[in-house]
Amino acid sequence: MNGETDPRLLRLSDADNVLVVTTSLPAGATVLVDGAHILLRSDLRLGHKLARRAIPAGEKIVKYGAPIGVATAPIEAGAHVHVHNVRSDYTPTYHLEDVRTAAEGRS
Amino acid sequence: MTRGYLRADGRKGIRNTIVVAYLVECAHHVAREIVIPFRDRDVHLIGFPGCYPNAYAQAMMERLCTHPNVGGALLVSLGCESFNKFRLAEVVRASGRPVRTIVIQGNGGTRKSVAEGRAWVAEVRAELDRLETVPMRVDEWIIGTVCGGSDGTSGITGNPAAGRAFDLLIAEGAACIFEETGELIGCEHILASRAATEELGQELEASIAKAARYYATLGYGSFAAGNAEGGLTTIEEKSMGAYAKSGAAPISGLIKPGDIPPRGGLYLLDVVPDGEVRFGFPNINDNAEIAELIACGAHAVLFITGRGSVVGSAIAPVIKICANPDTYRRLADDMDVDAGRILEGKGTLEEVGREIRDFVLALADGRRTRSEELGHQEFILTYKTFEPIGPACLPAA
Repeated sequence: MNGETDPRLLRLSDADNVLVVTTSLPAGATVLVDGAHILLRSDLRLGHKLARRAIPAGEKIVKYGAPIGVATAPIEAGAHVHVHNVRSDYTPTYHLEDVRTAAEGRS
Repeated sequence: MTRGYLRADGRKGIRNTIVVAYLVECAHHVAREIVIPFRDRDVHLIGFPGCYPNAYAQAMMERLCTHPNVGGALLVSLGCESFNKFRLAEVVRASGRPVRTIVIQGNGGTRKSVAEGRAWVAEVRAELDRLETVPMRVDEWIIGTVCGGSDGTSGITGNPAAGRAFDLLIAEGAACIFEETGELIGCEHILASRAATEELGQELEASIAKAARYYATLGYGSFAAGNAEGGLTTIEEKSMGAYAKSGAAPISGLIKPGDIPPRGGLYLLDVVPDGEVRFGFPNINDNAEIAELIACGAHAVLFITGRGSVVGSAIAPVIKICANPDTYRRLADDMDVDAGRILEGKGTLEEVGREIRDFVLALADGRRTRSEELGHQEFILTYKTFEPIGPACLPAA
């Protein structure tokens, strides 16, 4: 996995299959991930994650070089990686609403 | 060299606070009324709401009322609660601090108890205000850290910056405590590999396994809805970010609430109760964890937040480190350190870590945190059960 990556996407460890968004990015924007241009299909807010490459269902999600859960559905490269397609190997994650489309967190 | 208030047990405090402690919820109002006229004069309200006895709560109150930042304690009892007020008063008296117990039922009720309490506080306040400070070395400090209102930025800016500050303070001889074993689930192996001894490594792993079992029984991880909205997906992910607060020093010991680190170094505070699940969630909110860090002797607490917590604490200053640059802009008034600027290329982890270290030590030279200036003195204490720590948990003498 060589090639350039958008500086707004943070790779915490070489082993990671997700990147952290360091500034909010709108749906429709194009970002460079390991040399490939990828169209964002959803808004990605600061601190959220996108897939660095296609991740099949059942594969571990790796961030900080450590497994942080498992994919519950196939995830395309560049797609939002979150509670809708990842589950914990320990305890289920509690959330109040559909966080994929949550508004700006001003509630 | 910083300066502190020397207590009879040899420990030094960076604040000279009087605590007014209610010993059951029924005495809470009277205690609060006593504090109100002194709210800007380092008189803090703490207490335990339960009417049934609990060894953990008793030990916590004893530690808190004899904390080095505390110069005196007023105990407010209704009269019929089970809390052992006699023992608490004796512990405070033996520590060389002024102490007084007001029993509302024996004292003519609310009005007379409030008046008597205020008179005692005024007198002790005047006495404590005359106390001079003495030099205090960095190796006499204990600093705790907690994160709350975490989001996807906490683990990449604020928490690792706090970890750098811990590394600096530990190198200077301080004792630093990180906590919430329920937020280290998934990190147990890397944690154990940093232990000073193999036996301690096993204890660390066991403490995380206990937390995982405990939370599995409850059906929820130590994970709030706002964590998910902020981009955190699983407890393991939150854990990896929280783990970064511990910095890079070897882990010297594993302590439980009320245990005071015997010397400098890095300690993990095990906050999850022992035995069967009995009284509910280990810590029902961030302030319960802060109170436990303070009961372990922490002079100050580093609080890293992404979503934007505004809390402080009774007894010890809470330095709020904001991990998220957007949150910082919204809540700058409540934040002491802007760690989110790292994401904007305006600072490095090393620079922010150094800033946090400097902020901590400046607290002993009159610097106040935002939450202190705003009057935040949150406090909560609930029921728990703990067994004593094992022999492998502390560094050898």
